[in-house]
Amino acid sequence: MIDHWIVAPVVLPAILAPFIIMVIRFHLDLQRIFSIAGTAALLVIGLVLLVQVSDGTIKTYELGNWPAPFGIVLVLDRLSALMVALTGALALPVLLYAVGSGWDRRGRHFHALFQFQLMGVTGAFLTGDAFNLFVFFEVLLIASYGLMTHGGGKLRLKAGVQYVVYNLLGSTLFLFALGTIYAVTGTLNMADLAQRVAELPADDSALIRVGAVLLLLVFAIKAAVLPLHFWLPDSYANAPLPVAALFAIMTKVGAYAILRMYTLVFDPDLELTAGLVGDWLLPAALLTLAAGSVGVLGAHRIGRLMAFAAIASTGTLLIAISLFTQQASAAAVYYIVHSTLATGAVFLIADMVMERRGGQIIAQPPMPQTGLIASLYFAGAIAMAGMPPLSGFVGKLLVMDAARDGGDYALVWSVILASSLIAIVGFARAGSVLFWQSHDRDHLEEPEEPDEDDEPVAEPAPEPNSALAFSGVFLLLAALIALTVLAGPAMRFAEATAAQLFTPAEYIGAVLGEGSE
Amino acid sequence: MELLLATAVGVLTASGIYLILRKRTFPVILGLSQLTYAVNVFLFASGRLAVNAPPVLNKYADVAYTDPLPQALVLTAIVISFGMTAVIVMLALAAYLSSRSDRIDMGPAPGDDA
Repeated sequence: MIDHWIVAPVVLPAILAPFIIMVIRFHLDLQRIFSIAGTAALLVIGLVLLVQVSDGTIKTYELGNWPAPFGIVLVLDRLSALMVALTGALALPVLLYAVGSGWDRRGRHFHALFQFQLMGVTGAFLTGDAFNLFVFFEVLLIASYGLMTHGGGKLRLKAGVQYVVYNLLGSTLFLFALGTIYAVTGTLNMADLAQRVAELPADDSALIRVGAVLLLLVFAIKAAVLPLHFWLPDSYANAPLPVAALFAIMTKVGAYAILRMYTLVFDPDLELTAGLVGDWLLPAALLTLAAGSVGVLGAHRIGRLMAFAAIASTGTLLIAISLFTQQASAAAVYYIVHSTLATGAVFLIADMVMERRGGQIIAQPPMPQTGLIASLYFAGAIAMAGMPPLSGFVGKLLVMDAARDGGDYALVWSVILASSLIAIVGFARAGSVLFWQSHDRDHLEEPEEPDEDDEPVAEPAPEPNSALAFSGVFLLLAALIALTVLAGPAMRFAEATAAQLFTPAEYIGAVLGEGSE
Repeated sequence: MELLLATAVGVLTASGIYLILRKRTFPVILGLSQLTYAVNVFLFASGRLAVNAPPVLNKYADVAYTDPLPQALVLTAIVISFGMTAVIVMLALAAYLSSRSDRIDMGPAPGDDA
């Protein structure tokens, strides 16, 4: 009976979302209650699963009881349990904020789409089958198309078209990659793939190398690595910002998939695909970090500022992943938690600013609650830029420490440090214009053009539920503080996770062994 | 047979990529659907080409069979790409009707140059 909990993070939203659409479509209050309760339950289930696997067991769940290489299998190890719990930990505050700020009222079906999105994300983290990964990618993308254009508006719809086109291309590429890999190996179960790829003759590697690179491209698109990041700033900046906060987990799906596939299937020691991933990913990750930081410095609107900060954060994460050592992967696991929570928090804070005074970073009269929001922005900027005392600093330190053994640590260190400085300057510039110049009456500027799309319907002052909205941000910041204070235990867990990732035999044995225990 | 199939995939992919590089939404959507056709045919080929062979094993006779899994994959891919094309057509229509322009790029909006 207890084994069925593995599938619960997928099934729960999958049942809840149609229920919300079909039964309580016209009752916003009921929708809110069910949606929040479901997301809270998801968080609890995620934490329970995390505790269950924290001793290092790997659990599998065979859908329809089909044995492993033939049926679809869900696999719960430390990394996937952590990611599921993280999804819940991000989704609950974001949902509280969306309810509190009234965003869920500005279009239809927000809560149903939100639950479908959660279903896709948790499914992508749990699945042990490459084609099933594609299907869950599609589930989360379909939901994200709806969420992205939630509330409508000219710019948002145009950005939505771009976003859908880009992701459809990514999906097509994913199918090409899977077809290539299937043609070579004859399987798509990840554990089975790992075995078959290891047995392939080394002199006949052209096709599998093509497949591995195509797959890396797909995941790089999802994670917004530099040459493939163009979709992110426009999409995130024009999406409703609470939705962009939820999308913080979506770039992490790409990072997770890279970490999973390229330690399990195409592991770094494999001669067949040697030199494919690490050699290319590290420079791309460094460029991503640099471009993101420069974007933070140059952004004119607060949504874009946060979008570029998210790109920079992904860059740091991918630096850690692309080193492909156990220590670096442990740092990546720690940083992935920090980066998700911090990105979510800053997008929510950006939305508070945007709701009250518009998105442009120019001096305007003070907004309500400016002091509180300014201090929240300050905390969020510290977390994103990686300054002490918050967990971004710990994360960056761990990444840099892991890079110390590598050949080109000078390059990695200088890029990380320089881009941190640039990001700090960018955040400080935006923050001082937003919060300080508003008190200086000589510097007030008129907005260049009214934000006709950002404020759809006549919205009453955000007072009624703003306590709920603030609680979402506070929850995320509290989680960041907890991650800092408990950095020791968190890091021990991250090290154990990395150790598990680098002994793929355990994973393969758990999936292909005698199946479910 | 193999040559024909490979050429078809190649031509569909090439024309699809050409079309998605256009700057109006309609050719881009056409290009996307050509790409999905290409990938569907490609997925079929990933299970090796066998003509007139059933996708089931026959344990009483040693007859040719074709791999059933790519067919299942193609079916999933067709359903997903069909739904996606519908979504993007609707979205493109909504974007066109609200902004009276079907350009795919965001265009130079003031304050948007970051």
